[in-house]
Amino acid sequence: MEQLSMNLLGAAFFLYLAATIFYTVSVTGRKWRDKKGEMTGNNWGKLGYISSILGVASALGYFFTRWAVAGHAPVSNMFEYTAFFAITLSLAFVILYGIYRVNVLGLITMPVVMIMIAYASVFATEVQPLQPSLQSHWLEIHVITTALGQGILAVSFGAGLIYLLRTIDLKRKGMTKRTFGVEFIMYTLISALAFIILSNVFGAMDYEANFAYIDENGEQSEKLYELPPIFGPNEGELLTEDRMQPWIEMPDWIVSEDLNTVVWAFGTGLILYALLRVLTRRRVGALLQPLFKSVKPQTVDEISYRAIAIGFPVFALGGLVFAMIYAQIAWTRFWGWDPKEVYALVTFLFYAAYLHLRLNRNWHGEPSAWLAVIGFAIIIFNLIFVNLVIAGLHSYA
Amino acid sequence: MQEIKCSCGHINPYGTEVCGSCGKPLSDTDSDQLLNMRYEGAARRSQTYNKTIIDKIWNFFSSVKVGIAIIVITLIASSIGTIFPQEMFIPPGETAAQFYAEEHGALGQLYYSLGLHNLYGSWWYMLLVAALGTSIIIASIDRFFPLYKALKSQRVTRHKGFMKRQRIFGTSHVDNVDETMDKAQKILKDKRYNIRTENGNLLAEKNRWARWGPYVNHIGLIVFLVGASLRFFPDMYIDENLWVREGQTEVIPGTSGEYYVENEAFTVEYHEQEEGAEEEAAPLEDTFRTDAVLYQPEEGGTVGVDQELEEIDRQAIEVNDAFHFDDYSLYQVDYKLDELREMSFDVEDTQTGETVGSFTVDLNEPDDDYELENNENVRIHSYFPNFNINEEGVPTTENDVPDNPGFIFEMENSDTGDMEHTFVGVQANYNVSPNQEDNRYVFEFAGLDTNHVTGLTVRKDNTLPFLIVGGAIFMIGLVQGSYWPHRRIWLQRKDGEVWLAGHTNKNWESLKKDIHAVTEETQVTTPRDQTDEDDEQTAEKDENI
Repeated sequence: MEQLSMNLLGAAFFLYLAATIFYTVSVTGRKWRDKKGEMTGNNWGKLGYISSILGVASALGYFFTRWAVAGHAPVSNMFEYTAFFAITLSLAFVILYGIYRVNVLGLITMPVVMIMIAYASVFATEVQPLQPSLQSHWLEIHVITTALGQGILAVSFGAGLIYLLRTIDLKRKGMTKRTFGVEFIMYTLISALAFIILSNVFGAMDYEANFAYIDENGEQSEKLYELPPIFGPNEGELLTEDRMQPWIEMPDWIVSEDLNTVVWAFGTGLILYALLRVLTRRRVGALLQPLFKSVKPQTVDEISYRAIAIGFPVFALGGLVFAMIYAQIAWTRFWGWDPKEVYALVTFLFYAAYLHLRLNRNWHGEPSAWLAVIGFAIIIFNLIFVNLVIAGLHSYA
Repeated sequence: MQEIKCSCGHINPYGTEVCGSCGKPLSDTDSDQLLNMRYEGAARRSQTYNKTIIDKIWNFFSSVKVGIAIIVITLIASSIGTIFPQEMFIPPGETAAQFYAEEHGALGQLYYSLGLHNLYGSWWYMLLVAALGTSIIIASIDRFFPLYKALKSQRVTRHKGFMKRQRIFGTSHVDNVDETMDKAQKILKDKRYNIRTENGNLLAEKNRWARWGPYVNHIGLIVFLVGASLRFFPDMYIDENLWVREGQTEVIPGTSGEYYVENEAFTVEYHEQEEGAEEEAAPLEDTFRTDAVLYQPEEGGTVGVDQELEEIDRQAIEVNDAFHFDDYSLYQVDYKLDELREMSFDVEDTQTGETVGSFTVDLNEPDDDYELENNENVRIHSYFPNFNINEEGVPTTENDVPDNPGFIFEMENSDTGDMEHTFVGVQANYNVSPNQEDNRYVFEFAGLDTNHVTGLTVRKDNTLPFLIVGGAIFMIGLVQGSYWPHRRIWLQRKDGEVWLAGHTNKNWESLKKDIHAVTEETQVTTPRDQTDEDDEQTAEKDENI
């Protein structure tokens, strides 16, 4: 059953891949319209949509079979949550594509979903028993609603990115703020890929470096590194033989092995990005740009806004209202300035600011698109950084 | 400051930009710019008066720009509070002044000296939240009433100037105007529009109530913020901790001696270890629970230590399952396993080499003296529940928790009549007197007994009802404003043509779809979106960096 569940997630991954391919063909296929005199591209879009719907169905199959196995909703650790976030993003895409039928949206969203699933599977995938505070139906209610909200909000990032790639001139000489911004987004996505590749490579080699160190409570403890240690733990001593010595020692309030991983990911991402630039002699954004020629900027701007208008109340309900109810029941207080709580508030305030800015027409279009990207960055920061690097009540790895 | 009478006869308040009845533009009438429809061109106080100090304050807080600035400052400030842990999260027993400098170096020192270690309770953070609340109230009042009146008094027949300056606008020649109008009316009715007609003109409107969403959710936020500020009033909020040992009864702090709780038993259960799991891995706790009994002092009983208690309720307290009584709740939050409870000692007479007796000390409530089997007496001269030797080299105790008990026992040597003093501690030696080795009686450690201690939190929060009501109103308003777009389509007879204009507060593409349904079925031509041209002229505003 557990195996079946994981297979369904694997199947979903490939269905999303198929959707990506179909959408790509549907976008590039338009070029032949002039020769044939008819819209061959549109049918590919339909196939892409069918694949993404099947992908969502298969992914939901994973979700509910795993729920049956574990006895609780699979949203209790990093693997489960990130995978579910990917599922909600694909679900939100399916809904918004249904309204607007914009093929390029699939072209951007589906790969992001795949990266998230791949990223999720870097973490331990075993079904784990729940600690006492998580043994509540509010876990299901709070986390599922929050993930749904974040998934819908993430679609606005996809649409915003399309807007930027469609409207910003990336071929011109000379770096500007805008080209730098677009390239930075590309670099971040490449870094995510780099991290997934790294984890799988070192995982296949069974790389481990074990440290004895002094933890934040001043007690002797051990830490396991799964990537070569550049940043060592507080007063760390290497226990594994033939491993490199850390270059820099971190204080005890930083989860050093996770910081180490983050640095590895962005470093390797930089190398990959530089390779791409050198080999193609163009900006990465410029490579993708031709795909978005036929997009109507106003339409993607509206998709981006609408995703936020739909997602914001869902996120507020799950990430703040249900979260407060749950915190009152499990932790004796509805609000305690735990880092995760603070960043849920920051996310909420950010999108609230966005919605108020939309009242002014000058903020429509490109400024909105940048904001949608930043909003997604805050969500991802709260998922990865706050869970793994800042120690708090929400550190469920 | 006089009212403006429109050519249609409607009297508009001073400052109105678009007639509330027929839509005729009343300011910059010659322009062909799109009308600013944000508040229907109604007169808002903040746009009209700017004389007195009240006006200035009002205008400041009613500005959306200012509101957004406050939101952004609040979010940046909030995130700064997570750079280093807040004071409430630093390890117990640490002083903030030292902790930040030692843990986080110069930056930590700076953080501390700026007071950022207590950011969320700082006066300026509170002020930010208060400013946010003020902004919400004033901005809402400033906009709601004019908007409500304008939407209520809008007439079906529109002025030409209004139609032309709508974002969606088109004119069409049709063969039969009446027939076209009837058809359009039917189509829009099927699309759930409310239809109003007047002189053969038509106004189709949908979801006007969604326009009140923002005002409703702002009211909810205000109720929530008021509720949150009530915490600072006496008797609204209690947050206390207590530790209760198994078998003991403690007064519940914060209840002014009205309630007592007994820890009958404390249990921890662990998850079964997975096969193949590492041996050393600490077992994961599954549940921990306190079987608690709640008491109240008996009515009319004596007040004080010896008062009789009467049981009023009992419940097992677990995480996620608190014990609620009166306005209070007892939560299971922590525990300590196997705390020392009793220690037993054998006393040996070195002259005979025999054990002359033994005694047991209750570490939480030790007696002063113990009678041995041979009628000798052991007196506890000093007791250190948590023994250590302070900087002056004098034995002392860190606190009253028996984690590391140490005793100085006193016994009379019946031969000499002298009082002998012996120090006994856990793996600790301390010479009480210079000739301690010559003591006749030696104390041997003979066993111990332990018990569990439960950590409970006492909570009372009478602000919750306000927060629940505020939160609910907020969510209702948010959904109301987010999930229903307010759409209007005007179809008017002008000069033998059919004029069509459309306006919505969001999702223009979907409004166009609705209009498309009309143009498909009738001879009305598809109107233009007058912002389309603007899009083609995206100016390059870049400066090279």
